[in-house]
Amino acid sequence: MRAVLLILVLALAPVAANAVEPSEVLADPVLETRARDISENLRCLVCQNQSIDESDAQLARDLRVLVRERLLAGSSDNEVMDYVVSRYGDFVLLNPPFKGSTYVLWLGPAAIFGLGLFGVFVFFRRRAQHDTSTVMPLSAEEDKRLQRLLDEAGK
Amino acid sequence: MKRLIFILPLVAFAIMAVYLAIGLTKDPRALPSVLIDQEVPPFDLVAIEGRDRGFKHGDLLGEVSLVNIFGSWCIACRAEHPFLMKIKEKNWAPLHGIDWREEDRQAGPAWLARFGDPYTLIGDDPKSKAAIAFGVTGAPETFVVDKRGFIRYKHVGPMTQDVWDETIQPMLEELRKQ
Repeated sequence: MRAVLLILVLALAPVAANAVEPSEVLADPVLETRARDISENLRCLVCQNQSIDESDAQLARDLRVLVRERLLAGSSDNEVMDYVVSRYGDFVLLNPPFKGSTYVLWLGPAAIFGLGLFGVFVFFRRRAQHDTSTVMPLSAEEDKRLQRLLDEAGK
Repeated sequence: MKRLIFILPLVAFAIMAVYLAIGLTKDPRALPSVLIDQEVPPFDLVAIEGRDRGFKHGDLLGEVSLVNIFGSWCIACRAEHPFLMKIKEKNWAPLHGIDWREEDRQAGPAWLARFGDPYTLIGDDPKSKAAIAFGVTGAPETFVVDKRGFIRYKHVGPMTQDVWDETIQPMLEELRKQ
């Protein structure tokens, strides 16, 4: 049982896939971790759905080196990010910023979920109302008609 | 009112379909440059072999000029090369080159010796320093720079006679008047 569990865990664990070459890695592990964090959020301009941390493209490699050089030179994480964004635009960020042009992107799903929730609420409320109407007592006229039909049947 | 509820999903689908259809016609690789109307980024590149001077941002002041990113490894650059030679022969505008990411220092000069050298100034950029500063995503790319050293236009892909006639030439004329 344990063996099966272990195999499952290993098979399903996200494998750390990155393209960082040994020669690029910084000696300082703290700086390297920061560089990795930044790289994971920057889009590779060649293979657009990979981060530069995962991409083997030359341009991604040069960008990784640039990120590390800037960190070595004492830039903060934000300064490094801002520099790359100033060259390539927001497109280069895999995590789009929350601002005017992206409100729809960020709030859209929540809005649609809210709408759906509202729809479900309305649906169940209506059904509940409908259910009570079926057990409403017969009106005097209906009562009379029913009696007449029963009388006819009884003849 | 009751019918509206049935039509609503159809309307939503139609709106989405229109947006997606427009999206399909767009080239995901053609990214708008954020550098348009911004000053040329600072760069200072050494000369390629066989030339005695390199290329830096200060060289772009005073004259409307073109900056072309190329590499000997780049197939599309070969395709546009004859047209770049034409720009030089007809003396349409000063054309400068950034020799991007040559693995071998001889490769760029050898390529130019073989096909002709259309460039006024050339800088060697093996580590993408200038290319990243220019926000280059692939070669070839051509930038139009005005007299004050501001980037005014970026053309992605090979330069052709059509692009030149329709966009670049009118723009150069306009910028020279300023």
